[in-house]
Amino acid sequence: MLAEGLRKSFDKKAALDGFDLAVPAGTVCGLLGPNGAGKTTAVRILATLLRLDGGRAEVAGFDVAREAPQVRRQVALNGQQSTVDDVLTGKENLVMWGRLYHLSKRQASARADELLEQFGLTDAADKRAKQYSGGMRRRLDLASSFIQRPSVLFLDEPTTGLDPRNRGEVWREVKRVVAEGTTVLLTTQYLDEADQLADQIVVLDTGRVAAQGTPDQLKSKLGGDRIEVVVRTAEELPVVRDVLGPDAEVDADGFRVSAAVIDRVAALTRVTSALAAKGVEAEDIALRRPTLDEVFLAITGHKAVDTSGVRA
Amino acid sequence: MRYAAIDSWVVAKRDLIHWVREPVRVFANLAYPVISVLIFGLVFGSAMNVFGGGDYIEFLLPGMFGQTIAFGVGTTLMMVSMDADRGVTDRFRASPMSQTGVVAGRSIADLVNSSLELLVLALCGLVIGWSFHDGLLNALVAFALFLWLRFALVWVGIYLGLLVKPEAAQASWMFLFPLTMFANTFVSPELMPGWLRVVAEWNPLSSTVAAARELFGNPGVGGDSWAAQHSLLLAVLWPAVFVAVFWPLSVLKYRNLSR
Repeated sequence: MLAEGLRKSFDKKAALDGFDLAVPAGTVCGLLGPNGAGKTTAVRILATLLRLDGGRAEVAGFDVAREAPQVRRQVALNGQQSTVDDVLTGKENLVMWGRLYHLSKRQASARADELLEQFGLTDAADKRAKQYSGGMRRRLDLASSFIQRPSVLFLDEPTTGLDPRNRGEVWREVKRVVAEGTTVLLTTQYLDEADQLADQIVVLDTGRVAAQGTPDQLKSKLGGDRIEVVVRTAEELPVVRDVLGPDAEVDADGFRVSAAVIDRVAALTRVTSALAAKGVEAEDIALRRPTLDEVFLAITGHKAVDTSGVRA
Repeated sequence: MRYAAIDSWVVAKRDLIHWVREPVRVFANLAYPVISVLIFGLVFGSAMNVFGGGDYIEFLLPGMFGQTIAFGVGTTLMMVSMDADRGVTDRFRASPMSQTGVVAGRSIADLVNSSLELLVLALCGLVIGWSFHDGLLNALVAFALFLWLRFALVWVGIYLGLLVKPEAAQASWMFLFPLTMFANTFVSPELMPGWLRVVAEWNPLSSTVAAARELFGNPGVGGDSWAAQHSLLLAVLWPAVFVAVFWPLSVLKYRNLSR
């Protein structure tokens, strides 16, 4: 998947302003950014749903502008909303999409059974989707994207609104299809989701690439997670600073010392035991992941501006 | 071409399954016209005059058929805007299915739905005293005219459905209701004040209803206006005009989704 200098405006407001992207086959690229950064616009252009104003893009070897029908045979789109039909059963949903992807009746039924099995929905195959849990619906929606074994899958905020257990289920399925060779472009507002799934992360800011790299590269750029220790007296602050290392930041007013950590759990264990050994009784010790806002601030130098009103 | 036919059928089948599985909705759809027939026919009926004389129930039924057909535009509108809102339309567009299939499927489902409504209403009408008097063939032509209007309204519904959100679509009946009343559906235009009479006479719905009254041999046919005297012609023409305007508009709107 390749994009060069993509440009797209809505009502003269630029949603994409010279967006570049290169995703090698069989890898996962995470598009990270706040609402209105242009993530969905980029996905919709690559999935042939939007015409581009400038630049060019290739998906699975076909030009999205000139060879849209060929692209559509290679890609699947999973949007923010679920397209699962509540009244149909799980199997009927899949058979319907199978037929629309021009499988014969028998092929569509066989493929539906295969997918239900793969996505762990066989037991619920003949239940109406209305009775499915949030995670099951999401899985069914994902399964319906796999009818034609797409070489490229677009996932637009796949776990927005799901609880942690269901998010885990969706992540597991995504990992499984990637292992089978599908290229995935994932948009997300969650840093940990991109961290879990993506080989490569692209941070979008107002229609342009603000930063890109592997999750580890981006994290080291930011210093990754932080450990925070809160103590009861000011005298204990220097002791804690010594334990946390030379880069520790001291917030004297808040009796708080914080430092970047690489391995969360190891750092927590080390700090706890070192503090105990020095006789410091901490008020609170916490590990904190940088929020998307912090990442964004660190990378772009300005706060995330929500311009989602431009286009839902 | 073969795929267009399969796609249309698959899309239509989705809706038909909905009706079979959620009979409450179908029932609610049917209940309104049936209850209206009872209220207008049996409750108000005795106080109603048919211009030029005749039985009010005989006059009312073609009007009810017409109103039911016109309300169908609300159904189409609702379904189209819901699909667009839920991202189903996008999935269709990102898939290799034929784009004709999406709209053709919609038309098939809506026409089947409306045919069913007409059938139930007609049976209900036969029970309370409506009938057709000029032969089965003429009656079938009359029903065909209603379905022709319904087909034209599918295109109006598709265009408006792509234009508005489901919440707005839900409010469409507020406009539909008066539009179906400012016509010859329940009362002869001759009995209305001058300006409203002109509106009612030229209302496209009035042409189809008047043509149907003529074909059924029901009272209330005729009138001084050109529109009333050429109702059969207009019953064919008006829907054709709708199709000619809203078909290209819908196609354009659909294409512009990718703007």
